[in-house]
Amino acid sequence: MSKIAKGLLYSESHEWVKVEGNIAVIGVSDFAQAEMGDITYVDLPDEGDEIEKGEDFGALESVKASSELYAPVSGKVVEVNTALEDAPELINEDAFENWIIKVEMSDESELEDLMDAKAYEEVAK
Amino acid sequence: MKYYDKLVFELSKPGRTAYTLPNNGFKASLSEIPAGLLRSESPVLPEVSEPDLVRHYTNLSQMNFGVDTGFYPLGSCTMKYNPKINEEIAAMPAFQGLHPLQDESTIQGALEVYYEMQKALAAITGMKRFTLNPCAGAHGELTGLMIIRNYHLLRGDTARTKVIVPDSAHGTNPASAAVCGLEIVEVKSGANGLVDVESLRPLLGPDIAGIMMTNPNTLGLFEKDIKEIAALVHECGGLLYYDGANMNPLLGMVRPGDMGFDVMHLNLHKTFSTPHGGGGPGSGPVGVCEKLADCLPVPRVEKLENGKFTVVGSSKTSAGRVSAFMGNFGVILRAYAYILMLGKQNVKMAGKLATLSANYIKESLKDAYKLPIPTVCKHEFVFDGLIDDGSSTGKPGATTLDVAKRLLDFGFHAPTIYFPLLFHQALMIEPTETESKETLDAFIDVMHEIAREAAADPDILHNAPHKAPITRPDETTAARNPILKCEL
Repeated sequence: MSKIAKGLLYSESHEWVKVEGNIAVIGVSDFAQAEMGDITYVDLPDEGDEIEKGEDFGALESVKASSELYAPVSGKVVEVNTALEDAPELINEDAFENWIIKVEMSDESELEDLMDAKAYEEVAK
Repeated sequence: MKYYDKLVFELSKPGRTAYTLPNNGFKASLSEIPAGLLRSESPVLPEVSEPDLVRHYTNLSQMNFGVDTGFYPLGSCTMKYNPKINEEIAAMPAFQGLHPLQDESTIQGALEVYYEMQKALAAITGMKRFTLNPCAGAHGELTGLMIIRNYHLLRGDTARTKVIVPDSAHGTNPASAAVCGLEIVEVKSGANGLVDVESLRPLLGPDIAGIMMTNPNTLGLFEKDIKEIAALVHECGGLLYYDGANMNPLLGMVRPGDMGFDVMHLNLHKTFSTPHGGGGPGSGPVGVCEKLADCLPVPRVEKLENGKFTVVGSSKTSAGRVSAFMGNFGVILRAYAYILMLGKQNVKMAGKLATLSANYIKESLKDAYKLPIPTVCKHEFVFDGLIDDGSSTGKPGATTLDVAKRLLDFGFHAPTIYFPLLFHQALMIEPTETESKETLDAFIDVMHEIAREAAADPDILHNAPHKAPITRPDETTAARNPILKCEL
């Protein structure tokens, strides 16, 4: 049974968002990392990139599959967790602790389309 | 099986050789070669005697598993038996000694084979013309997409930049489209595993270059709405690409050209019985309908009025050149021998028997493995893991990977696993037409035995294979910290 952290927002494509003011911290859920298996590579965007809700901003690769990362909100990438470049396994170790990017949101109302932890439980079955 | 994993360099001892060089007939001596062109140190090459060399490669080959060793039900790969007569034909000195730069008057026989082969493939598929130049399936996909793009551009239509790909597609489809500079739009499958026409409709428009489809699709299901799909795509000005990876069940029965496809590739190494599985060489001929014939790559082989054959090297409307010469001729030759040996009548039996074998296994095993789509399949089908994975024992359940590993203990090659991505525990089985009922029954018995083991004690599967020389390689470490060269 995978963990679902309370207080975060979730997308149907298994990204989580933690809101810190107008900054969205984005990662993937524990369910997503468990489905992927051992992650071997994280394809990250660059700082300063503009990302658009619903579009892919990177990818995860595991021995089993490659999976796109979809932006849960639009905005500008202000920080990238570069530790993942050399240690992609951090996501397997703790998917909620090890965020992927931080985004300065251009439209905070997009958050309303995301699910709370309770609603996400239904998706992550 | 004797375990053997030495490198030839480990056998090396200075001064040993397995060859004798002929006398140097050239007049030049080393002193005449400019100093800058001479190596400063000797190359690192293994030095071994002939018996050591022969044993080395024989021992390595015995670690291998192939269609000549046993049943190989690898879904989507059509691992049918490779008839030995194909090899005899390809080994004929008149073919083996050919050089691609020979004058065409001296290679009329080879050009005739090339010309007749493309005609035979056109007859089998309902296409107008074929190029045999692409060297693999995905190479064929790229060639086909280049033809589609070229066709639109020649009409002055620059707006068609998107290709529709079903979510059940082979991964090479979106990859080939991306390499060709096209954007990918995904269309969903319905609950019946087929492309959903209603989901497709809103995606069509003036920006669509075409759609790539596999029929039967990767679930082994015939896309029964193909006529309607073809009409819709053509109506919006797009073209239909047929991924021929799953052509085997349709051989001699149904033709992609008649379904409305405009461009397609075939995998000679799948459908037409040439060897594959070790990385090649393959062959991915591309066929087109009449309006695209001028876009085919060069060089092409044409028949002149006097009955001679000639190579056409350039064309203003061609999508370009896709291989150094004219494809993997040895593979084309083997596939041509296969087509001639089967003949018009027997070609129809291949697809029927492949379909019968797949349905026989599916129906025999659905009491032990989850069958997400229970309808009649074509040449292959997909299970979604075990019905009873043994988790009621309190141990973690056995997965599809564990079933595949356990099969190795019984001397069978594993099926394709975790593809297609529509199901989490996909196990994709394609028996082909060349297996006897006894072989199919033996496989069914073993799959039942494995299901019983899983239910009773899933650890038997978790720890499999028990008998293979290598058990479970550490794929994660290999992917995270690859060692790609041997340090000598």
